[in-house]
Amino acid sequence: MKVNELASKLGYEILTREHNDADIKDGYTSDLLSDVMGNASEESILITIQGHKNTLAVASQLDFPAVLICNNRTAALDMLETAEKLKIAVLRTKDNQFVSSYKVYCEIKG
Amino acid sequence: MPDRFPISTEKSPNAIMEVILRLKIKDAMVTKVITADRNATMRDIQNLMKDNKISGVPVLDSCRLIGMVSVNDIIHALDKGHIEEPAIDHMTKSLVVLEDDMPLSFAISYFDKYSYRRFPVIDKNRKFTGMLSSRDVLSVMLQELNKEIKELEEKIVNERDELPNQIARDFFIKKFDFENAGKSSFELKKLLKEKNVSSAVIRRASVASYELEINIAIHSEGGRIVYLVDDEKIEIIANDTGPGIENVDRVVEEGYSTANEWIRSLGFGAGMGIPNTKRVSDEFEITSEIGKGTSVKSVIYLEKKNESE
Repeated sequence: MKVNELASKLGYEILTREHNDADIKDGYTSDLLSDVMGNASEESILITIQGHKNTLAVASQLDFPAVLICNNRTAALDMLETAEKLKIAVLRTKDNQFVSSYKVYCEIKG
Repeated sequence: MPDRFPISTEKSPNAIMEVILRLKIKDAMVTKVITADRNATMRDIQNLMKDNKISGVPVLDSCRLIGMVSVNDIIHALDKGHIEEPAIDHMTKSLVVLEDDMPLSFAISYFDKYSYRRFPVIDKNRKFTGMLSSRDVLSVMLQELNKEIKELEEKIVNERDELPNQIARDFFIKKFDFENAGKSSFELKKLLKEKNVSSAVIRRASVASYELEINIAIHSEGGRIVYLVDDEKIEIIANDTGPGIENVDRVVEEGYSTANEWIRSLGFGAGMGIPNTKRVSDEFEITSEIGKGTSVKSVIYLEKKNESE
């Protein structure tokens, strides 16, 4: 499923002004960047509460098309700037990681 | 003299950035400073300036800085007939000060931000410790850059000894520089993609390079990461300048971490960095010496029978 389709279906706020509307092939939920780095599959959506630039360093290494920030947490401004440069979408939801993981799973795997 | 300080704290080469982050204001400042005490009059200070050929005098209350008198303040006092009055009534009281423990990069941005030619320096107990002028900054920078360039030149000679068909990339990683963390891994990934290395191998190299890069930023005083790529293998060599690891055997255990709370709040310090790196490496070595630094080498072969895609 494409980033924009997922965002609109689940009512996610899109924080980045531009991104590639790339295909989301899988998902991974974690707030530990080494865990993501070591275990997530490529082209996943990352479900996390880490709203800062370092999340994107990992996302870009793994060719993630999107990062979903949970609990309505703030995304740092420099995170969004970096995301726009890398064309990675930063999405936001009021749901927590558990609920988000379920909803995203149903959309992309269901 | 140019309007701005001729060194950028954002876009300068790594070697310069290293120097201005490594050097502290106390390394550059002048500590022998002519000062006046709180009872001095403007006339006393005018005489101090004349006798010592200086253009600014800090006013101290015991060791605490309470103000500065500049030539302008003296001219103003002469003009208004305040020259015999206590300096404490006519000095500049709202001061921009630097702390002696700040990196020199702070001072450089201050010189850019404010039009002052010098800044008073205080220590963490707010005790006056010296003065810093742009001249002091330039002089200490030149000394350090001489050393730095000498080292770089020696390194270039070493790099010429490298094998043909080998690509070498070298990055400096600074302590707590999470701004740039991940950049060198990004470069390695780009290079491997251009070389048409299989995506599984790129993935493993990304894990190793990112983890080692982040480790230098989190745990060390700063260091270097070197990538050597040839037709057979990728070598990732991470060296830092300290503090060294007490028990190297423990860091290869998953979950062992010495990272503090704020590092953890950024999503680092899960205690998976070294185990992740080891897992993706075909060869892995870690050596460390307290007070000296840590050295990690990860080798990943481009082709391996049991892992071809």
